[in-house]
Amino acid sequence: MMKNASESRQSPAFYALMVALVIMSVGPIILMLTTSLKLNVDVMSDTSSLLFTPTLKNYETVLCDVLWYAPEHVDYCNPTFSRALGNSIFIALVSTAITLILGCMAAYALVRFKFMGRGAISLTTLMMRMVPPAVLLVPVFGIWTFSYGLDGTFTGIILVYVAMNLPFVIWILQSFIVQVPIQLEEAAKMDGANPLQIFFLVVLPVIKPGLAAAAIFTFRIAWNEFLLANALLDRNTRTVPVTIVNSLTEYDIDWGVIMATGMLLAIPPIIFTFIASKQIITGMTAGAVKG
Amino acid sequence: MKSASLNKMTPYFFIAPAGVVLALGLLYPIAYMVYASFLDWNPSQLIGEADWVGFKNYSNLWVDEAFKESMWVTLKFAFIVVSIEIVIGLGLALLLDRNIRGISALRTIFILPMMIAPIVVGLMWRYMYHPSVGIFNRTLKDLGFESIPWLSDSTWSLVSIIIADVWQWTPFIFILCLAALQSLPRSTLEAARIDGANAWQQALYIKIPLMMPVLIVTLLLRLIDAFKVLEVILVMTNGGPGLSTEIMALRISRTASEFRELGAAAAMSNYLLMMLLLLTISMFLYNKFVEQRRQKMLALAEGG
Repeated sequence: MMKNASESRQSPAFYALMVALVIMSVGPIILMLTTSLKLNVDVMSDTSSLLFTPTLKNYETVLCDVLWYAPEHVDYCNPTFSRALGNSIFIALVSTAITLILGCMAAYALVRFKFMGRGAISLTTLMMRMVPPAVLLVPVFGIWTFSYGLDGTFTGIILVYVAMNLPFVIWILQSFIVQVPIQLEEAAKMDGANPLQIFFLVVLPVIKPGLAAAAIFTFRIAWNEFLLANALLDRNTRTVPVTIVNSLTEYDIDWGVIMATGMLLAIPPIIFTFIASKQIITGMTAGAVKG
Repeated sequence: MKSASLNKMTPYFFIAPAGVVLALGLLYPIAYMVYASFLDWNPSQLIGEADWVGFKNYSNLWVDEAFKESMWVTLKFAFIVVSIEIVIGLGLALLLDRNIRGISALRTIFILPMMIAPIVVGLMWRYMYHPSVGIFNRTLKDLGFESIPWLSDSTWSLVSIIIADVWQWTPFIFILCLAALQSLPRSTLEAARIDGANAWQQALYIKIPLMMPVLIVTLLLRLIDAFKVLEVILVMTNGGPGLSTEIMALRISRTASEFRELGAAAAMSNYLLMMLLLLTISMFLYNKFVEQRRQKMLALAEGG
C-alpha cells in the first residue's frame, strides 16, 4: 500500500512525455478537423493556419442532399456523397448484424459440442487474418460478376464482408463462451428450455462484452474497406471510401470539402473508441497476449 | 425420441450458416484464384474462355522488373516499419509501465489512429505532406529551411509512407507490450529489485526475456499486416513517383484493373499469399513451441 502511494507520484517528465505522445497521435486528426472547418481560400492562404473563421460550409456542401434547407453557397448539389453515406451505413450495419448472428451460433456450437479443437480454430483464424483484401480482388471480381451475378449489389459486398470477418468473430466469441458456466445452461435445460432458448436467453446475455468487441471490429472493417468495394460496387451502390478516392484524382483538390468528407467517415470509429476502448483493447490483445 | 434427434442435429444447425458463407465467400474465391493464376484471362472474357497457360504467369513474373521492384519495396517497407515500431513501442511501454494516472486515457487515444479508415489516414498525411499548404513544409519554411519534396521524390516518398505507418501502428505494439508487462509475475520483478538490479538491468535481463513470446507474436502479426497495407499508400502516392512506393498489394490491384491481366494478378496474389503463409505458419509453430516448453518446465517444477 505504501509502495502504491509513492509510485503514483511520478516526476513531471513522464507527464510531459505523455502530453507529447497525445499531441503526436491526435495532432493529424485535429488538423483534419480544423481544415474541414476552413474555406479553401483560408487553406491556401499564406498567413498563420491558426487564425481563421470556422465555417460549416464544407459540411453543407457535402451533405446538401440530405439537409432540410438549401445552403446558399451551393450552386449545384452533388448527391454522390450523401448517397454514399447512406450506402455505407446500410452495408456496415447489415454485415455487422449478420456476422454477429452467424458467428455467435458457430462459436457456441464449437465450444459446447466440442466440434473441432480450439487449436484448429485458432489456426484457421490466423490463416484468414493473413489473407489480404488485395488477394481476394481477382477471384471476388470474377465470381461475383460471372457466377453469382452479384456485382454492383449490396448482397454481393455484404457477403464478402461477412465472410471476411467471420473467422475473427467466431474466434473471439469462443473465448468468451468458454467462460460461461455450464451449470447455468444445465439449470435452464432442467427447466425445459430447448437449445435455441438456452442459446438466446441464457448464453447471449452473458457474453455481451464479447459481442460488443466483435461488433466494433466487424463494423470497422465494413465501414472502412475500400479495395473490394471499389471493384464490386457501381455508381448507385458506392460507399464513402470509394467516393473519397474518386474525388482525389483531380488536380485541383478542394481540401476543405474532402476533409469534411474524411471527418464524417472518421466520426463513427472515433465514437466507438471513446465509448468502448476497453472492449477494443481486449479484442486487439486477445490474439497475442493470451491465445 | 424426436427431441433426441433434434439435439443431435443442433451443432450442425448452429454451424451450417457460417460454414456456407465461409465456403461461398472465402474458400471458393481462394480456390478460384489458384485456378485463375494458370490462365491468360482478361476481365472481358468469361473464365471458361480463357486459355490455360500453365505456369507461364508465375515464370513471367520472375523476369518482370516491375514486379521484382514491387516485391523489394514491400520487403523493405515491412521490415523497416516493423523494426522502428517495435523499438519505439517497446521503449515507450517500458518507460510508461508504472502507476501513472491517465495511462488508460492515453491508451484510448492511442487506438484512434488504428480505428480510423486507412483511406482517411492517407488523406490526412497527404494533406500534411502537401508541397505548399502542408504543415511540414510550412513549418520548414517558417524556420527558414528548404522545403522537402515529401511525396514527389522517390527516396523521400518511401520515408514519408514509413513515417505515416509508424504513426498509425506503433500504438498497437505499445498496447500489446504494456499488457504483457503488466501480466509479468510480480514476484520475479520484486526479487530482481531486492537483488539491486537497476531499471536498465531489470528491463534488459528480466522484463524483455520474459516478454519474448508476446514480442515475437506481436512482431509476426505486425509483419503480416505490413504486407497487407494498401489504402494509405494508395491515397498518398498511388505507388509513385515511378515505382518507388508500389507495394505488392498495389501492384496486384493495378495489374487487375489497369493492365487487365487477371491471370498475372492472380499469380502475384499467390506469391503474396505464400509469403504470408510462411509467416503465419512460423508464428503458429512458435506458439506451439513456447507452449510445449512451458509445459515441460511445469512438469519439471512439479517433479522436482
